[in-house]
Amino acid sequence: MQGVSKDYAVQMHGITKYFGPLRVLDDVNLDIKKGEIHAILGENGAGKSTLMNILYGMYNPDYGKIYLNGQETYIGKPSAAISQGIGMVHQHFMLVDKFTVLQNIVLGNETTDFFGVLNMRKARKKVIEIIKKYGMKVDLKEKVKNLSVGMQQKVEILKALYRGAEVLILDEPTAVLTPMEVDELLETMQNLKKDGKTIIIITHKLKEIKKSAETCTIIRKGQFIDRVNVADETEQSLAEKMVGRQIKLFVDKKEMTPGDTIFEIQNLSVRCERGIETVKNLSMKIRGGEIYGLAGIEGNGQTELLQCILGRRYADSGKIIMHGKEIQNTNTRNVLDSKISFIHADRHKYGCILDMSVADNVIMEKYREKPFSVNGFLNHEERDKFTKQIIETYDVRPAKCRHQKIRNLSGGNQQKLVIGREIANNPDLLIAVQPTRGLDVGAIEFVHRMLVNLRDQGKAVLLISLELDEILNLSDKIAVIYGGEIVGEFDQKEADEHKVGLLMAGGKGE
Amino acid sequence: MTKNIAKFLKTNFMCTCIAVFLGFIVACAILLITGYSPSLSMAVMFNAVFSRAKFIVNVIIKSTPIILTGLSVTLAFKSGLFNMGAEGQFIASTIAASIVGIKCNFHPLIQIPLVICVGVLAGALMGGIVGWLKAKCGIHEVITSIMLNWIALYMCNFVANSEMFHKPDSDGTFPINHSGQTLLFYDWKFSHDGREYLQAHPILNDIILKTDFNLNFLVAVVIAVLVWVIIYKTKKGYEFRASGLNPDAARNAGIDVTRNIFYTMLISGALSGLAGVLSLTGSSTPVLHVLSVFENYGFNGLSVALIAGASPIGCIFAGLMFSALIYAGQTLQSKIGTPSDIVNIMIGTIVFFVALVRIIPVWVNRYLQKEERKNAQ
Amino acid sequence: MLSSLLIALSITLMYSAPLTLAAIGGVISERSGVVNIGIEGMMSIGALTGAVVGYFTHSAWLGLLCAGLAGGVLALLHAIASISFRADQTVSGIAINLIGPGLAMFLSRYFFDGASITYPVPEKLPKLAIFSYLKGTPFANFNIDVSVVLALAVVVVTWFVLYKTKWGLRIRALGEHPAAVDTLGVPVYRSRYACVIMSGILAGIGGGTVTLAVISQFTPIAISGQGFIALAAVIFGKWKPWGAYGACLLFGFSQALVIMLDGGVLHVPSTILAMIPYVLTILILIIFVGRSSAPRASGVPYEKGAR
Repeated sequence: MQGVSKDYAVQMHGITKYFGPLRVLDDVNLDIKKGEIHAILGENGAGKSTLMNILYGMYNPDYGKIYLNGQETYIGKPSAAISQGIGMVHQHFMLVDKFTVLQNIVLGNETTDFFGVLNMRKARKKVIEIIKKYGMKVDLKEKVKNLSVGMQQKVEILKALYRGAEVLILDEPTAVLTPMEVDELLETMQNLKKDGKTIIIITHKLKEIKKSAETCTIIRKGQFIDRVNVADETEQSLAEKMVGRQIKLFVDKKEMTPGDTIFEIQNLSVRCERGIETVKNLSMKIRGGEIYGLAGIEGNGQTELLQCILGRRYADSGKIIMHGKEIQNTNTRNVLDSKISFIHADRHKYGCILDMSVADNVIMEKYREKPFSVNGFLNHEERDKFTKQIIETYDVRPAKCRHQKIRNLSGGNQQKLVIGREIANNPDLLIAVQPTRGLDVGAIEFVHRMLVNLRDQGKAVLLISLELDEILNLSDKIAVIYGGEIVGEFDQKEADEHKVGLLMAGGKGE
Repeated sequence: MTKNIAKFLKTNFMCTCIAVFLGFIVACAILLITGYSPSLSMAVMFNAVFSRAKFIVNVIIKSTPIILTGLSVTLAFKSGLFNMGAEGQFIASTIAASIVGIKCNFHPLIQIPLVICVGVLAGALMGGIVGWLKAKCGIHEVITSIMLNWIALYMCNFVANSEMFHKPDSDGTFPINHSGQTLLFYDWKFSHDGREYLQAHPILNDIILKTDFNLNFLVAVVIAVLVWVIIYKTKKGYEFRASGLNPDAARNAGIDVTRNIFYTMLISGALSGLAGVLSLTGSSTPVLHVLSVFENYGFNGLSVALIAGASPIGCIFAGLMFSALIYAGQTLQSKIGTPSDIVNIMIGTIVFFVALVRIIPVWVNRYLQKEERKNAQ
Repeated sequence: MLSSLLIALSITLMYSAPLTLAAIGGVISERSGVVNIGIEGMMSIGALTGAVVGYFTHSAWLGLLCAGLAGGVLALLHAIASISFRADQTVSGIAINLIGPGLAMFLSRYFFDGASITYPVPEKLPKLAIFSYLKGTPFANFNIDVSVVLALAVVVVTWFVLYKTKWGLRIRALGEHPAAVDTLGVPVYRSRYACVIMSGILAGIGGGTVTLAVISQFTPIAISGQGFIALAAVIFGKWKPWGAYGACLLFGFSQALVIMLDGGVLHVPSTILAMIPYVLTILILIIFVGRSSAPRASGVPYEKGAR
């Protein structure tokens, strides 16, 4: 803890916060000098976001004090934070899809003529000034839903600056960006810093901390661990402080022994809801004993590709072949029956049914088969036996959760159940989409180990992820999807962040 | 100790009881403000239901259709559909059953199943249309239901006024043929032997002679159990629940959600249809009346399902309570002049509080967690 | 020919006015993210209040005002349940639909000695003869109710507020992404309360125009189902003021068709004619609308800081 002083833009001392019985923050201290870039490092669920949401007035701390520029301040609500010059870019963007960029920026802080009648021209002028000052390129007239993730983030930053933010909080800003976009963001951050703004960046990515931040506060399981100068630390030392034990930054795996082609896509074209062809003439081959990583930024056809494989979207042309059989344009059940299993990106939305019990979730794909149902009736004993087995095998906690709603489990345990369920299908191809999203390091290691195990058993794995690091670390073969096409394919050895990143952003390789 | 009370308060059953209690309180308050005596009114209502065997039996008989429409709504609810069309399905069933019941006259062993089948099918058809339009065209089931309710109402009036069916000097059709009725002891109780026997047994007399004595209630109970079995014990029920709670995840698991929407509405419509046809065949005046407003069998089913918290077995009790309230309300008006509409207010308030009390578990949890935290420190 | 067209037009407008008022209320509520199925109940209580106040005060305008207030009070209940208590909005709305008509009938019996029909109001809302200067033509007798003008005004104002003012921008954002609005310091709960209550006031006024302009007294079937039709118009009109207005006009027109065709040359039974509006709606939905997109957050209670 540093002494309270005017030199610090933000000081949070002794912050404690409960969610229900859970102590998510326990006596945490944070001191951030004016005009510096400060990182808050911690695992998923360590309490970083909660701490920042307190600073932004979304939550009130149960104990602790907040000082802004040496003055003790009570914040309490976002509007107070905004008027104190604090701006926040949330991890899940707070943008209204159907609104234009400009509408999103002015929302809640509109320029009006009389009786609240909007004057968008005045607002536009002000926004354009800011855009020019920091060298950001944004089309104000475009609807937000048509923007790339990187663009949306810029809109979020603009929103904060429009409100006169002096302290800018960025929550996991690089999670879904391409390497180029990350560089661009880092540049913007430097520009803002030059202008005297203070920046707080929440992250669990060590590389970016090394690249951007001067000082760093480390939080683990809601507790303050350390405040360090980034220059004095290595990635390894930061990682160990974050997790509290020795960890391997890279996945251990044997040389691969590729088998025959199990799964193949030939010249596939798929249209999205609006009738636009979002998967164009796409082909890929996946062999047994191989993890095939598909890198790409969100919205480049991954969703449609996945839905088409699932049998939920019509393939205009091309073939999807599993074990030599065409499965395109059949139905989901047929796809699942041909020994393909899925781990969906958003398990809450697509992978499980939050308000059903754990046991009912575990049999989601098996309920129609013997012994789980006989003659149209469910066999609950078999279901419970099977659930117990999965809970034990994958060490799901709490162990007696069979009849609880799956909603009540932590994200890591939910994912364990989902993975256990899918692996129990004994798939020959596992399609894993963002399988580690929102998990802590221990759970991430577990998921990666499971994927590698499958591959070592000679099964095929298709890994679709927005996190390039994950793909580079895990995959034996890496393909890049851009604009619905595969624009490059590499063996793991020849792939590097720069090459892949360039293709992801639509640049030409070599 | 407080912890146990808190945990008890969390149960669904307790929440519903609290809602019912609050409903009564509000009704009493309104009576008090408007100058009617709450205590007298409540006493009259209590007597109206429990003072004679006839009253109790009548309440049970009247509860049958709303239990069934309640089950219809419940089943649809479990697959994430809101069946506002129970009313129309009910009416459609009575129309179809009346037509067949008047035009055909077979032996009861054929006639009764025939009439019931026709009614159930008519209800299923109405529900099926809603389901089909939702599944194929994505039209919200609530709108189509509302429209179909009115179409059914006017269709009913069309049939009831038509030359072929209209009974002159009445507000409805000819009664359906006696062979299609599901009344129990009907012939016997008006026969010489029957009268003599019943006169000797005043309670039986009250129950059998003075009411439309039938076994429809038992049918409703059996159906309630059946719906429970379907929802929780069968493969299809699992699919319904999964589709209702998270259609996207269900689709990804290979469940044909679209088809399930159709099936659900088909079954749901059939249940409302059963309610309609049974209320026709179980009446001693099995006539299709000209309707100026809805009779609310379907809408009441909605309230029953809501009060029951979408539990099939709960529908039986909610239906009985509902039926008792309505029955008591009529007596209230005729006996002491308190407007019977107080009952509708009461039911509305109960439903309102049923919506509100869902927050009790949240509060209780918060309280328990606070206690836990205190103990931990 | 011309005169019958004019009659059809005036019937269309007359019947669509209450629907429009209620439907615009629905639009406002849903746009802010609260489903309002309780319109029917709010209209009922508005209709009764309008008739009672109109009868006792001899002022139709005062009656209309009180009708709006009554609807607003009922809407407040809905708001408390669905916003503060985060209750299921459909259930709460259904409850309002039970309470509203129940209370209306109860009060009718209370004020008028047990009669479910109130005495006629001495003075209805005025009619406007907008073409009275065209003497000698069929236009001269063309009257419209003041409620028609009111309804149109409400549509215009609502459209203007929703799309041209900061309040509208916020309301629309509330229905799409309340968390975003919250992070920008706009009070989510308070704004939603305002919208739901406004919706109730409009529904109440809509109900009031039924008993103060269309018919002149409250009867048990004065409203029967109009609230639901208004609800359908909201969805039909894709949650837009003009869309909802169009849908209401369509309902009004098919109502006029029923009246005009009844007993006419076609010899169609009136019961069959009465089905027209409903059949038409379904057909139009099948042909034109298809999958309509509701405000994304509509019906979802907002919990501050929900994770």
